[in-house]
Amino acid sequence: MPVWLTALIAPFVVLNVVILLVTYVTLLERKFAARMQSRIGPYRVGPHGLLQPIADAVKLMMKEDVVPTAADKTVYNLAPIVFLIPCMLIFATIPFAPGLGVADLNIGILFFLAVSSMEIVGLFMAGWGSNNKYALLSAMRAVNQIISYDLPFIFSALVPVMIAGSLKLSDIAAAQAGGAWFIFYPVIGQLAFVAFMVSTLAAENRVPFDILEAESELVAGFRVEYSGMKFALIQLGEYAHIIGSSFLGSVLFLGAWAGPGPEYLGPIWMLLKAMFLFLVLTWIRWSFVRIRVDQILTLSWKFLLPATLTLLIATSFVVVWRAGGF
Amino acid sequence: MTLDAGHTTRVEFDYSGGERLTMNMGPQHPSAHGVFRAILTLEGETVVGVDAVIGYLHRCHEKLSETLTYAQYPSIASKTDYVAAMTSEFAYVMAAEAIGKIEVPKRAQYLRVIAAELQRIASHLLWLGTWCMDMGGALGGGATIFLYAIRERETILDLFESLVGARLLYGFYQVGGTRYDIPAGWADACRKTIDVIDQRIGEYEGLLEDNPFFQARAKDVGVITRELAEDVGIAGPLLRGSGVNFDLRRSAPYSSYEDFSFTVPVETGGDCFARYRVRMVEFRESIKIIRQGLDKLPDGPISSRPGLKSVAQIRIPKGEAYARVEGPRGEVGCYLIADGSAKPYRMKWRGASFSNLAVLPHIIPGHKVADVVAIMGSVDPVFGEVDR
Repeated sequence: MPVWLTALIAPFVVLNVVILLVTYVTLLERKFAARMQSRIGPYRVGPHGLLQPIADAVKLMMKEDVVPTAADKTVYNLAPIVFLIPCMLIFATIPFAPGLGVADLNIGILFFLAVSSMEIVGLFMAGWGSNNKYALLSAMRAVNQIISYDLPFIFSALVPVMIAGSLKLSDIAAAQAGGAWFIFYPVIGQLAFVAFMVSTLAAENRVPFDILEAESELVAGFRVEYSGMKFALIQLGEYAHIIGSSFLGSVLFLGAWAGPGPEYLGPIWMLLKAMFLFLVLTWIRWSFVRIRVDQILTLSWKFLLPATLTLLIATSFVVVWRAGGF
Repeated sequence: MTLDAGHTTRVEFDYSGGERLTMNMGPQHPSAHGVFRAILTLEGETVVGVDAVIGYLHRCHEKLSETLTYAQYPSIASKTDYVAAMTSEFAYVMAAEAIGKIEVPKRAQYLRVIAAELQRIASHLLWLGTWCMDMGGALGGGATIFLYAIRERETILDLFESLVGARLLYGFYQVGGTRYDIPAGWADACRKTIDVIDQRIGEYEGLLEDNPFFQARAKDVGVITRELAEDVGIAGPLLRGSGVNFDLRRSAPYSSYEDFSFTVPVETGGDCFARYRVRMVEFRESIKIIRQGLDKLPDGPISSRPGLKSVAQIRIPKGEAYARVEGPRGEVGCYLIADGSAKPYRMKWRGASFSNLAVLPHIIPGHKVADVVAIMGSVDPVFGEVDR
């Protein structure tokens, strides 16, 4: 197969798999949340509600597309797409098995972190373009929060990078071969994992850090004026971002595709680990109350940022010491 | 922001940092607790002023009562505070009995206490759920607590259904006694239900109080000082959360409350957490009272009046009286003027939610937007009772 054909087919396949995954991950979350709350969850559409995501998608497509009269139309209409693109691009560098991925860049993790923080542009455009006070407050909070939490997110993601000695995601995965997952790395591994999960929660705007959406205060935050497919695109982007981060977490800390059984089960293991991380995030989401904007910033700047920075420095010492330095 | 003749909005920006934003919260808002409208003035995220607008749920209750007989109105009184429907009925019939000097048999008094305390538990459960939903979101941990609380409340509504036949608005209290006696097996079902709730309350306390995020949201938020509490005239758990030991069941016992042993929880913090603690203890105390009531329930008639042949049969002599009961939200009072006919001449409600709401403009300024909903949830207003 010529290179250009692969370069076209691989992203197409990954994109569609991600969209399918997102649709069904919403069902997984709803079922999981329902069990936590002693409910049944979606049950009517298809056996055990299995067709519910399809029904939801069809419903959203048929909804009227409302554009507020006073909205800044260009910005308003463009925002969902600007938001969605970075959330989809993050899957580009994730290797799902050895050699299975769109582009295994040698700066893979850097690409992921850089692109994933670009979602803020879409968020702010949506909040500003809607010409709604709730949306504007939400956009203000978004800028505050995402900038604050990107740094701890990057620092905690850099810990496995330092241990593995490579920015390439497949190298990081290979460095954990034979069960030496970085989450089992003494002390540093666990601390970095916890910091990674906390900053993932914050960067994805999940409860307890979902002050952007905050439906009890800001109704729906930056997407209060969106309906129909534009709303669906924003939802798709958010969930894609969460799943992307879950995949990144399983590559960085949980040994990526490593698992018992033959090698072709690798992607399955990868998916299972990512879903496990996703369910941990969901578990936290459905059992915590939301914290306030000033408390979120305090947590980041006064605690998480110094802690992850210290952890990063400590890691560098440990890595040099283990390599026989000093 | 100015509006010129062409109705196009012209925005003049002030980049000095002192620009204020006026934001309308309600009457249609996820945390409006019905139809409350707060016009907030914001400086960034901080609230500097709040203008409370009420009246969206006004249904002319006081005028309505003049058109209904003493036998009919208790069922309508339920609709003032629809979350704690038993309470308003209780106050109304007590006022009528005070004017007519009507004796209430001991058994009826105990049944009234049991129903009122079950209602208090049901109302507090709804408060716990909605308050957590205000803080945790309908798409987060708050919804989990909400659904747990609703599940427990459902069991109490089942008890009411088997007692009265209705699940939300009862008409259980009647002038001279109660409308129904408890059916066979009800006492055992009631004991089982409150045992389950007793145990689950402990689980919720563990889920909430061991969570630092919950504590961060509730502690030192919306502090009502003792002086402010007394000046504004708030009542119920809010007042007891601010360090005032006042509970009508203890300070002015009615309906045989003096026969029961229970403690009145008082917290001195005055913040949302103190109000939360007061209500959590009240759950336990209500359960205690219900257990005692079921154990000591005397035999005898449930009403001092014979069965009604027509709704106009009860006639209250000329006179006026004020009766007050301790509802889940505080003092619920009914002032009644009777003219000797089968209908009251004039009636006035003193709603606990209404007077509790008056404290909001004093405590909200200075807090963040997120705290507004937390404080409002901790005040626990029911707009049926505020607007009447």
